[in-house]
Amino acid sequence: MDLNSKYTPQSWPEHPEQATLEGKNKFVGFWLFLGGETVLFASLFATYLALKNKGPSGMEFTTQGLFELPLVFIMTMLLLTSSLTSVYAMYHMRNYNFKAMQAWLMITVLLGAAFLGFEIYEFNHYVHLGFTYDQSAFSTAFFTLVGTHGLHVLIGLGWIILLMIRNAKRGLNLYNAPKYYVASLYWHFIDVVWVFIFTVVYLMGALE
Amino acid sequence: MANNADTHVKNRTEYEYSRRRSADEMRGQVTTFAIMIFLTLIAFSAVYAGFSAYYVAPIILLLAVVQVVLQLYYFMHMSQKGHETASMFLYTGVLIAFITVLTFLTIIWW
Repeated sequence: MDLNSKYTPQSWPEHPEQATLEGKNKFVGFWLFLGGETVLFASLFATYLALKNKGPSGMEFTTQGLFELPLVFIMTMLLLTSSLTSVYAMYHMRNYNFKAMQAWLMITVLLGAAFLGFEIYEFNHYVHLGFTYDQSAFSTAFFTLVGTHGLHVLIGLGWIILLMIRNAKRGLNLYNAPKYYVASLYWHFIDVVWVFIFTVVYLMGALE
Repeated sequence: MANNADTHVKNRTEYEYSRRRSADEMRGQVTTFAIMIFLTLIAFSAVYAGFSAYYVAPIILLLAVVQVVLQLYYFMHMSQKGHETASMFLYTGVLIAFITVLTFLTIIWW
């Protein structure tokens, strides 16, 4: 059977992302990748925790003085909401409603872009204060951890946008359903990492 | 690669049942989202309230873990069938993550 064959909401499988062997392989392979991502972020978190507030003697920068929680709160809400909108997109994929899926993904992308905009503003602000990447062990660990997450957001945005453009005319089929599903998993994982970043870096940094 | 999909055209009852089930599931997802927002609000307020770090730090860490579990099991569907291999991969990652963080914290601080 051709992967590009047309479906109706009645003939669309319950789990379109795993209806083909290719889809099943993508699904398993992607979870293996997420396990690897967990290890990557763990090493960055561990480095950050070890080097937090450490730097040259007389360093004026501390987590308490540097971070602004209202900004972090807004960023958290944006990313959390974008996670829900991508759940909506997958809900419409299951119901074989391509337009609604694309629309919800568009909202997801906008929310993600807003998050990234705030992050760039935040980093720019720190650099202007003199808290540059090579200022201290603390600054390097901070920018590497949070920046790697930001890079993931950027990649996620590019990925979803490309999927949306490439499949705009094709519509939904069993060729692209696993692609959309896996991209949405990636987007949720970005939110998972952010939950630990806002808790461990920002909130615990504001304590004491 | 074999791309043969099982084609089954649902009759009306099956179709309506499937629609209703996915609508129910979506309602559950919105509830999950509300709980996640609520947990985030508690975490931020706990820090703002200015209690001792010894109490607040473990609480907000626990809130983060609960929120991540909700994200993984509901938003990422790990609670559904067919996620045994996925769980194995993820938990292996989590185990290594835990050991890494523990090692860095103990070696460098003590």
